[in-house]
Amino acid sequence: MERIAVFGGVYNNHLSLKALVQDAEARGATEFYCLGDMGGFGPSPDLVFPYLRDDPRMFVMQGNYDHSIGNRLEDCACGYTDPRDNHFAQISYDYTAANTSDHHKDWLRDLPTEFRRTWGGKRVLCAHGSPRKVNEFMWNSTCPDNFLEWMLEANSADVLFVTHTGIPWMRELPGGELVVNVGAIGRPANNGRTSVDYAMVCFDEESAHFEVELVELPYEHEQLAAEMREEGLPEEFVETILTGWWTTCLEIMPAKERAEGPY
Amino acid sequence: MNQPAATAPPFPTLNFKRLDTLWLQVTGTLCNLACLHCFISCGPKNDSHAFMTLEQVRDALATANKQGVKEYYYTGGEPFMHPEIKTMIEETLAQGPLTILTNGILIDEEMAAWLAETFRTSRYNFDLRVSLDGTTKQENDAIRGRGTFEQILSAVDRLVAAGLNPVITVTTCHAELDGEEGRQRFIDLLRERGLSQPRLKFLAPFKIGREERRHGGEGAYRPSERLYVEDVPDPDTDHLQCDSCRMVTAKGVWPCPILIEVPEARMGDTLEDANHAIKLDHPACYTCHVEGVSCKT
Repeated sequence: MERIAVFGGVYNNHLSLKALVQDAEARGATEFYCLGDMGGFGPSPDLVFPYLRDDPRMFVMQGNYDHSIGNRLEDCACGYTDPRDNHFAQISYDYTAANTSDHHKDWLRDLPTEFRRTWGGKRVLCAHGSPRKVNEFMWNSTCPDNFLEWMLEANSADVLFVTHTGIPWMRELPGGELVVNVGAIGRPANNGRTSVDYAMVCFDEESAHFEVELVELPYEHEQLAAEMREEGLPEEFVETILTGWWTTCLEIMPAKERAEGPY
Repeated sequence: MNQPAATAPPFPTLNFKRLDTLWLQVTGTLCNLACLHCFISCGPKNDSHAFMTLEQVRDALATANKQGVKEYYYTGGEPFMHPEIKTMIEETLAQGPLTILTNGILIDEEMAAWLAETFRTSRYNFDLRVSLDGTTKQENDAIRGRGTFEQILSAVDRLVAAGLNPVITVTTCHAELDGEEGRQRFIDLLRERGLSQPRLKFLAPFKIGREERRHGGEGAYRPSERLYVEDVPDPDTDHLQCDSCRMVTAKGVWPCPILIEVPEARMGDTLEDANHAIKLDHPACYTCHVEGVSCKT
C-alpha cells in the first residue's frame, strides 16, 4: 500500500508545513504533493522553502499567488472588490513580496501548473484552482455533480485534487469519480478549530485499492501567532490562527460556507 | 447613428467556451416596479417576454444538467411575481447553485422564512441579490420609484431576521456611488440596519431600454462606443461573461441577460441552438468590455 500526502495553501506557515511532513511521514507517506500558494498571511516567507525545495520527496505546483510573487506583479490577483478585503490582501501581499528572496521568487515563477499521475489505476490530476483556471474557486456548495463530471471527463481524469479556496471537501460522483479539495495547511478552515487540513491518498497498484482521507492537522499555532505579532502582521490575521475563524477575505466565500462562521 | 461607417473594421467574434452559467428570465419583462434605469424596460405592463411556464423552466434545467452547467440565475422582471417560484427554486437547487435577482418587495415574512429554510437545507449554494440604488430615499427613489427605498430596506430586514444575508446590488447611476467611498456608504447604511456582514455588488448602467430614454432617447451610446475587432482581437478572450452564459426566456435563447429586447440577438428556441460564437455588435457589449461588467455575483 502506498501513501501520498496532498496539500495546498501554505500561506507562509512554516510550522504547519513542518507538522505536515512529520504527520504524513508517521502515517507512511513517501511523497508529498503541494498544490501551490506558498505565500501570504503568515510570517517570514523564506522559512517554508527549505521544506519545499530541499526535500526530494516533494512535488510542488504553482498557485496564483506564486505566479504573482514569482513574476513580481503588484498584487495577488485575487480579484476582491470589498475595500476591506483589498486592504488586508495588499498588506499580506506586500509583506510576502518584500520578504521573499529573489532566488525563491524565480523558483516560484518557473513551477509547473499541474501534475498528472496514475495511482492505483486511477488517472489522477492535481491542479491549483481548477484544471481550466488557476484562480477558479471550487467550493463544495458551488460545484454541481454534473459540472464536476464534465470537468473530469474534459480533462481525462478519474480523480481531481484542487486547493485555492482554503476549505476542504471531498465528493464521490455518481459515476465513481472523485473530487477532493484538500483545503489549506496555512490557515484554519473557518470552522472554529485551530487545526489545518490536508489529504492522504492510500492506494495499491495490484488490488486497485484507492482511497483518500481528509486529515485535520494540529500544529504549533500559538507559536505561529507569536511570530506573526513579532513581524507586525495585522491582529485580524492572528485572530484567525488563534480562533479558527476567518476575519478577512470573506467576500469570495459563498453564502452557504460563510454562514458557518461568525463574520 | 450607431451604425459603423462603411470603412469600419468588422465587429469582434467571441467564441462560446461552454455553458457555465444559465440565466432564466422566469417572469419575463413583467415587474412590480418600473425603474428608470431598467435596461429592458421591465414594468407592470411590459409583457414582451411573458412568464416562463414551469415546463419551460424544467426543459431548460434538463438541458443544462446534461451540459454540466455550473450555476443558475433567475431574473426578470421580478421573479417573486411568479406563482410557481417555490417549485422552480426547489427543482433548480436540486441540481446546482442558484442566485435570484429581486427587488425584495414581494418577499413577506412567510416567504423570507421559507427562503431561509431552503438556504439552510439545500445541498448547493442559494443566494438572493436585492437591488438598491442609493443610500438615501432621495437617491434611490429617483431611480426605482417613490417609497421603494423603505420598501426594499424593509425586505432586507425581513430576510436578515430570517437568517439570510442578501447581496445588495447597486447600479451606479449616481456616479458618486461608484468607487470606495460609495461602497463605504452602503456598508455603513447596511450595518446601521443590523446587517453585520454586508455584501455588495456594483453594476454599471447600460444605456438601453428605459435607461436609454433617461439619457434623452435613441443614441444614448455615442457612435464611438462600439467594439471592433481591434478592441477584442482574441475570440477566446475570457473577460466577457457571454463566452460561457446564455439566457433563456419564454421566447427563446439570448446570449446574455442584457440583450433580450434586441430581436436580432435571439439565438434560437433551445439551449442546443445557442452553443456557438456570437458577434459583439451591440453598443451594450461596449459597456461590458470597458466597464468589466459581469452580471454574475
